[in-house]
Amino acid sequence: MKRVAIGLALTLVLCAAAAGAVAKTNALAGTSSAKATTLTVWVGWSQRELKEFKKITSEYDAKHSDVNIKVVGGINDDKIIAAIRSGKGPDVVSSFTSANVGNYCSSGGWIDLSPLMKKDHVSANLFPKTSQYYTQYKGKRCALPFLADVYGLYYNKTLFRKAGIKSPPKTISELTKDAKKLTQRKGGTIKVAGYDPFFGQYSGNAPDMTTYAPLYGAKWTDSGGNSALSKDPQWSKFLRWEKGLVDWYGYDNLVRFKGGLADEFSSSNGFEIGKLAMMMDGEWRVAFIHAEHPNLNYGTAPMPVDDAHPELYGAGYVNGTIIGIPKGVKHKDQAWALVKYLTTNSHPLAKFSNGIRNVPTTKASLNSHEIKPDAHFKTFLKIFANPHSATSPITAVGNAYGTLVQAFAVKWQAGHVKTLSDGLKKLDKDIDNQLKQAGKGVP
Amino acid sequence: MSLTPVAETGAATTVAPVTDRRRARRRAAWRRRRFVLLLMSPWIIGFSVFFGYPLVFTAYLSFTHYDLLSPPRWIGIANYQYLFHQDPQVWGAVKNTLWIIAIAVPLQVLSAFGIALMVARARRGIGMFRTVFYLPALAPPVAATLGFVYLLNPATGPVNVVLRHLGLNGPLWFQSPGWSKPSLVLLGIWGVGNVMIIFLAAILDVPKHLYESAELDGAGPLQQLRWVTIPTISPVILFSIVIGVIAGLQYFTQAYVAADIASGQASQAGDQTVNNYGYPEGSTLFYPVLLYEQGFRHFNMGYASALAMLLLGVAFAVTLFIIVNSRKWVHYATPEG
Repeated sequence: MKRVAIGLALTLVLCAAAAGAVAKTNALAGTSSAKATTLTVWVGWSQRELKEFKKITSEYDAKHSDVNIKVVGGINDDKIIAAIRSGKGPDVVSSFTSANVGNYCSSGGWIDLSPLMKKDHVSANLFPKTSQYYTQYKGKRCALPFLADVYGLYYNKTLFRKAGIKSPPKTISELTKDAKKLTQRKGGTIKVAGYDPFFGQYSGNAPDMTTYAPLYGAKWTDSGGNSALSKDPQWSKFLRWEKGLVDWYGYDNLVRFKGGLADEFSSSNGFEIGKLAMMMDGEWRVAFIHAEHPNLNYGTAPMPVDDAHPELYGAGYVNGTIIGIPKGVKHKDQAWALVKYLTTNSHPLAKFSNGIRNVPTTKASLNSHEIKPDAHFKTFLKIFANPHSATSPITAVGNAYGTLVQAFAVKWQAGHVKTLSDGLKKLDKDIDNQLKQAGKGVP
Repeated sequence: MSLTPVAETGAATTVAPVTDRRRARRRAAWRRRRFVLLLMSPWIIGFSVFFGYPLVFTAYLSFTHYDLLSPPRWIGIANYQYLFHQDPQVWGAVKNTLWIIAIAVPLQVLSAFGIALMVARARRGIGMFRTVFYLPALAPPVAATLGFVYLLNPATGPVNVVLRHLGLNGPLWFQSPGWSKPSLVLLGIWGVGNVMIIFLAAILDVPKHLYESAELDGAGPLQQLRWVTIPTISPVILFSIVIGVIAGLQYFTQAYVAADIASGQASQAGDQTVNNYGYPEGSTLFYPVLLYEQGFRHFNMGYASALAMLLLGVAFAVTLFIIVNSRKWVHYATPEG
């Protein structure tokens, strides 16, 4: 009986202790969760780049005990829209497709950041004009820029030396002359292309012509907001140059040459293995070359510009990642604090730029002492800051106009457009109708 | 004393059982209906939720401007006006879709039928032949398309390499607006295994006595094919054509993947800035690709809904046309055989 009593007493003591421990754990957990708010951040980056992003959010996490950041990578715009529609969106969201900012701002899918910026005295002038442009729609700022992609010229110094060319071209006619000099053929087959102007030849030659517009100072719209491809003679000038160089190579030859090149983002990229002597590409290529072909003897420079507009030299095409807060956000203040930190503080911008070798997006961060020095990369920092650099037009239907432009441009280079001016006039009309149908018009 | 109440009572006693019987019958009928409805309810619910509601809602959205994020805004027939009068892409997409239906469907049906005939007549290795011809149908469409774009690469593809060794300059295949659709047709013919298996089953199911009778009447192999095999399997031919036409109207994956890869601008994950639809020169822009582009890339869902409604109407009309006309050439076996 005594043994039973002792056993019961011990059991009771153990149960009480266990209950106490559980209660204490719960209480601690309750305190912790009451203090730290989980902020969900959606980004498009994945793998190595996602790890780099997580490094900067971890730093923020460590400094802010009130938030706990959960990062989700590999996000695209389809997922963003579906999440906003379901009302279960993240607290902070970013997109690679800045062209969709028109949709996000006009629909209210991403909240207007202006009141928050005003409250915290954050000025849009922190960013270069190009980045200011692709983060708003009709004056409504629902996004901020978070690292940018900037396009410039990559040239193979070894091939340049062999061809007796001392410096990279600065004008389109110099580019053409050098391209012809650098090209190597065997029979009709192109072995090395000096400069491949073919629309669709890697992302530098996007068929929607966006990357070439700043090099010719070509305008997308007129003062009335209508499509101006036929009205601005710079477009015709560019298209005639492009077709002229395609014809010099031979259309079929270039198609076969393009077919023989490896994928743009593989380690056998045409420029990296010496099949393209010059190439227009984004700043990220510096990191790719460093990782894949560190011994490649190459240089970077701004893209050559229209001979009649030497003042444009130094400019280039700019695009970038946008970041904002979706409607229905649960922790608006904390979300804004994080967005503000990521986009306006030079430290995370410089650190992330070093990690993924994209261009930091504030004027101040371009000169940050934290940016790892690299002569190749420095070119792109300068292009980004150039006042003539430009981006794609922002419309209510994203880059829908680009589908029409690329269909026309590809037809043109194949020689299937009878009259350029008539073709461009029809293209303008089609774009205007398309934007009208979208119900909101051009910017 | 009056007889009236008696008569009334008599009438009442006669009417009451009749009414009761009617009521009982009605109740029984209603119970039966309820039971049938109960048995059908899974289908009714599934049909209403997954077909009826989306159809009605799509019809409604086709009269609105809808960007997926803000509420739909009624704009009347503006989407249809744009579709029929202004959209520069839509008629090209319609032409491409009609082309693939007119060329690919007959070729696929003929190929499947031809292969099934050969396999049915094979004396040895029937299992191997069936497997070999059926196997491509198991390849996922995306993988199969990637494979074909690689095989038909104008510079490094094995097909053009062989042609070059023979002294021929091979076509540009997926890079040429003239060859891109024929390349897709080749891909389609390569993957006719599913239809081939159906044809094979139908051919093997043709009663042997019909061939024996035809043979006794002096019919040769071709006449047997014309007067016995084809009429007997005509319902399967009709089925293949209808399925082929509907698949043609929904042609998407192969065209989308081929254009993306052949353009040399296959986008990275998350990057939706690239516009490769229909590459090259709109030659692979099929109607469903246009619909997808409008709805899910440009988030122009109101207009995409108008495109979908037109597709529904055309699919319905074409299927109806084929079925009505099939009465002339399709023979269904009677219960007597």
